[in-house]
Amino acid sequence: MAVSKMWSWFLPLVFGVTLLKCLLIPAYYSTDFEVHRNWMAITYSLPMSKWYYEETSRWRLDYPPFFAWLEYYLSYYAQFFDEEMLVVQNLNYTSNATVLFQRLSVITTDMVFIFGVISCCKNIKRTKESKEILEKPDFILAVLLLCNFGILIIDHIHFQYNGFLFGLLFLSIVKMFKGRPVDSAVLFTVLMNFKHIFIYVAPAYGIYLLRSYCFAENKQDGSIQWRSFNFLRFNVLACIVCAVFAVSFGPFIVMGQLPQVLARLFPFKRGLSHAYWAPNFWAQYNAADKVLPVIGMKLQLLAPANISNASMTGGLVQKYKHTILPSVSPLTTLVCTLLSITPALCNIWLKPRGPRGFLQCLILCALGSFMFGWHVHEKAILIAILPLSLLAVENRNDAGTYLILATTGHLSLFPLVFTV
Amino acid sequence: MERWSMVALVLMVSFIVRWAVSLNPYSGAGKPPMYGDYEAQRHWQEITFNLPIDEWYFNTSNNDLEYWGLDYPPFTAYHSLLCAYVAELIDPEWIALFTSQGYESPEHKLFMRATVVVADITIYVPAILYYMHLCEGPWATKVSFLLCALLYPGLILIDHGHFQYNCISLGLTLWGVLGLLNDRVFLGSVAFCMALNYKQMELYHALPFFCYLFGSCLRNLKNGGLKQLIKIILVVLISFACCWLPFLTSFEQSLQVIRRIFPVDRGLFEDKVGNVWCSLSVIVKVKEILSQQTQLWLSFAATLLTILPTCVKLTFDPTIKGFKFALINCSLAFFLFSFHVHEKSILLAAMPVLLILHELPFMATWFLLVSTFSMLPLLLKDGLLLPYICTSLAFLLVTTKLLSAFEKVSVEDLQLQRWSTYIPQLPRVAKSAFRLSVIAMATLSLISVALNPPPQLPHLFPVLVSLFSCIHFLMFLMYFNILHLWEPVVQRQLWKLK
Repeated sequence: MAVSKMWSWFLPLVFGVTLLKCLLIPAYYSTDFEVHRNWMAITYSLPMSKWYYEETSRWRLDYPPFFAWLEYYLSYYAQFFDEEMLVVQNLNYTSNATVLFQRLSVITTDMVFIFGVISCCKNIKRTKESKEILEKPDFILAVLLLCNFGILIIDHIHFQYNGFLFGLLFLSIVKMFKGRPVDSAVLFTVLMNFKHIFIYVAPAYGIYLLRSYCFAENKQDGSIQWRSFNFLRFNVLACIVCAVFAVSFGPFIVMGQLPQVLARLFPFKRGLSHAYWAPNFWAQYNAADKVLPVIGMKLQLLAPANISNASMTGGLVQKYKHTILPSVSPLTTLVCTLLSITPALCNIWLKPRGPRGFLQCLILCALGSFMFGWHVHEKAILIAILPLSLLAVENRNDAGTYLILATTGHLSLFPLVFTV
Repeated sequence: MERWSMVALVLMVSFIVRWAVSLNPYSGAGKPPMYGDYEAQRHWQEITFNLPIDEWYFNTSNNDLEYWGLDYPPFTAYHSLLCAYVAELIDPEWIALFTSQGYESPEHKLFMRATVVVADITIYVPAILYYMHLCEGPWATKVSFLLCALLYPGLILIDHGHFQYNCISLGLTLWGVLGLLNDRVFLGSVAFCMALNYKQMELYHALPFFCYLFGSCLRNLKNGGLKQLIKIILVVLISFACCWLPFLTSFEQSLQVIRRIFPVDRGLFEDKVGNVWCSLSVIVKVKEILSQQTQLWLSFAATLLTILPTCVKLTFDPTIKGFKFALINCSLAFFLFSFHVHEKSILLAAMPVLLILHELPFMATWFLLVSTFSMLPLLLKDGLLLPYICTSLAFLLVTTKLLSAFEKVSVEDLQLQRWSTYIPQLPRVAKSAFRLSVIAMATLSLISVALNPPPQLPHLFPVLVSLFSCIHFLMFLMYFNILHLWEPVVQRQLWKLK
C-alpha cells in the first residue's frame, strides 16, 4: 500500500531534518527568545488574572489565551532544566539549560507540524504512479514543507513556534478536503486562539463555510440556491466557534479583563510598518515618502523647512506621520485589504469549486492581508508560502508561482538573521 | 531530477552541516594561558606575517617556541601567511605581534571558521566530487556515496569544531590518489608532496604511494619503467625543493625545521589514544618499564612488521584497489603502533576508508563510526557533544538508508568468499556484532557525559573509550589486511606504450 511505502522515506526524512534542527541549537537567537522565556515565567509564576497586566519586561503577553496556556504547559517542564528562567525578574536570562530547553521545546512542538505534513502527503491526488522517489508528489511535498527554509530560519534560529501553528493549519485544510468542514472550522478557531495573525485568512473560511456548508445545495448551474440555507448547520458552526472562543477568552471575560486582552492583542499604536519593513505595499509607500522629499528639494518644489524627518526603520516601533504623502490609518489599511481580497471571496461565493478553490482563496487572503495590512511582520509571508506548497505539487502553473513566491519570500526573511 | 541538481543539493547540505558545527566552541576557547589549536593557528599567522622567514622556526626574543611554536612543515607556514594577509585587511589587531596573544572575538571566530570552510571547499570537496565522478556504478549510488562521504563526522568535527586544517592535507593526498587513478602520475606525485609538506603525518600514507609507483615501474621495466621511476623521483625532489626553498639557504635552517617537525624527545604516547601502546599500558606500564630508546625501537619494529605484508603485496601487485587497501593498512598500522600518536591521526586512516565506502559500505561505516567515537574525550573537552551526537546519528542514517550499509553483510558483500567456511553464519554474526558495537558506543558516550568517574580511577572513561577503539581498530586492521593480501593477482600492463 502506498501509505506503508511512504513511511520508508518519511521517517528518515523527518529524522534527518530533526538532526539538522538540533545542530542549530547553538545558533543565533533574537529577542523573541526572551519574549517566550518571559511568557513562560509570567504564566508559571503569576496567577491568570495578572497575565495580561504584567509589565516588568517590555515583551508583554500579546498572543491569545491558548498560547499563554501553551507557555504554561511548557513551563512545567522548564523547571526541570533551570528554575531560574521562570523568575519574571530574570530579564534576558540565557543559561545553557534555558537555551537547550527552549530550542528543544520548538523541536518537540514541531511534532504537530510533522503530523500536519503527513496528512497533507496522504491527501495528495496521485495522477501518475512514478517509481522514482524523487518524482513522487508526496515526497516532494514532504521535502518542501519539512525543509522549508522559512520555518527553519524563523523557528529554529530566530526563535518562534510557527511549526506547531502551521501544523494546525494544515490539519484544518486537510479536514476541509476530506469533507469535514466542522472539524476544519474547529481546528481553525483553535488556531486563531493560539496566534491571531491567522485572522488574515479567516474571511476565506467564513465565506467558504457559509456558501458551501450552510447553503446545502446548489442550483443546476452551480449558483447559490438561497432556499437551501440550512439553519441547523449554521447554528452548529456558530455554536462550536463561539464555544472555542468561550473556552479561550471566557476566564478573562468573567474577570472583566476583555478590553485589556484585546488591547494587548491588537496594538494599533505600533505603527504602519514593523521595525524591519515587511516587503508590502506600505513599505513602498514609506519608501516613496522618503524619496519624494529628496526629489522635491532637488527640483526645488519644496522648502526644507516643511519637511520633518521620520524614522521608521530604527528597530523600534512607534507611531509617526508621513512627510509628504497622506498618513495612513488602520481603517485605511483595513479597507485596502478588504478591497484586495474581495475578488477572491466573490469568486468562491458565486462559483465555489470545492476545497481546492477554498485553498486558493485562503492563499489570496493571506497575500492580500500581507500586502495591505497594518503592522505586518515579514514572517507573515509564510502564511501564503506554506499553503501554496500544497497546490504547487499538483499543478504546474502553481509550481511556477510557488517558485517565485518562495524564493522572494524567503529572501525577504534574511534581515531576521542578520548575524551568523 | 537533474543529476547535477542532486549533486548541488548534496553539496549545499554538507556545507550547512559544516557551518552549523562551526557555531560551536573551538579548541581552547576561553581557556588562558595556553588556549588550544585555534590559538596555535592564529599565532602562526602572527609569526609568519610579522617575522622574517628565517626566524619562523627559531627560538628568538620575538618567537617563543614554547608558546605554540611552528611544528608543521613549511606549507602550513605559507598557508598561515596567506590567511594573515587576509586578516590584516580586515583587522590588524588579530595578528599584531605580542598584543594579539589569546585574542578572541566573534568576528575573529567567524574569520577563522571561514578560512577552514574556504580550504574545505577549494581542496577537499572538489577532490571527493571528482573521485565520485570517476567511480563506476549507477548515478543514485554515486550521489549517495557523495553525501555519505561528505557527512563523515570525524573530519567535520575536528576541522570545523575543534579547529584544524586536515581538509588541506587530506584533500591534497586525495588529489594524489586521483592523479594515480587517472594515470597522471606526475600531478599525483606533486599533490602528495604538497600534502606531505603541509602535515608531516602524511608520511603514514607515503609508503603506499612509494610502493605503488615503484611496483608499477618494476612491472613495466621493459616499457620505460626505469625512466618513469627516475622522472618521478625528480618530480618529488623538485617539489620538495620548491617548498623548502627559503629554508635551504643554510644547513642550520633546514636542520631546525626538521627538528621542529620531528620532535623525538616526546613519549610513546600522550593522553589517552586508541592505539596499542596506550591500551597495553592499562595492564603493563610500558612507559615506565622500558627506556626511551627501547620504546622507540619497539614501536619502530612493531610498525614495520605490520606494514610489511601490505607494502610487499602492493609492490608486486600494484593495483588501484590494492593501493586503497594499502593506504588504509599502513595508516592504521602507524596509528596503532607508531610513536607519539595523536587521536586525531585516525583521520589519516579514515580518509582512505571513505574511498571504499560504496564498495564495502558495512565495514567502512562501522570503521568510520568507531573512528569518530575514538575521539570522544577530545570532543567532550571542546564542548562538541551536541554536534557529535547529531553528525554521528546523521551519518548512521544516511549510510544505512542510502548505501544499505546494514544490509550488505553477505559473504560476497564483505569480500570474504575464501573464508566463508571458517566463519559460519557470517552475516548474522556481523550484524549482531555491529549492533552491539553501536549500543556500546552510545552507552559509553552517555556515561562519559552523565556520570562522574570513581575518584580512584579519574581517567576511567577515556581509557574505556581508547580500549574499545583499539580492539576495533585491530580487528579492522586484520580485515583490511586479509582483503588486500588475498586479492587475486592480475598480470597486466599498467600503462600504454608511447
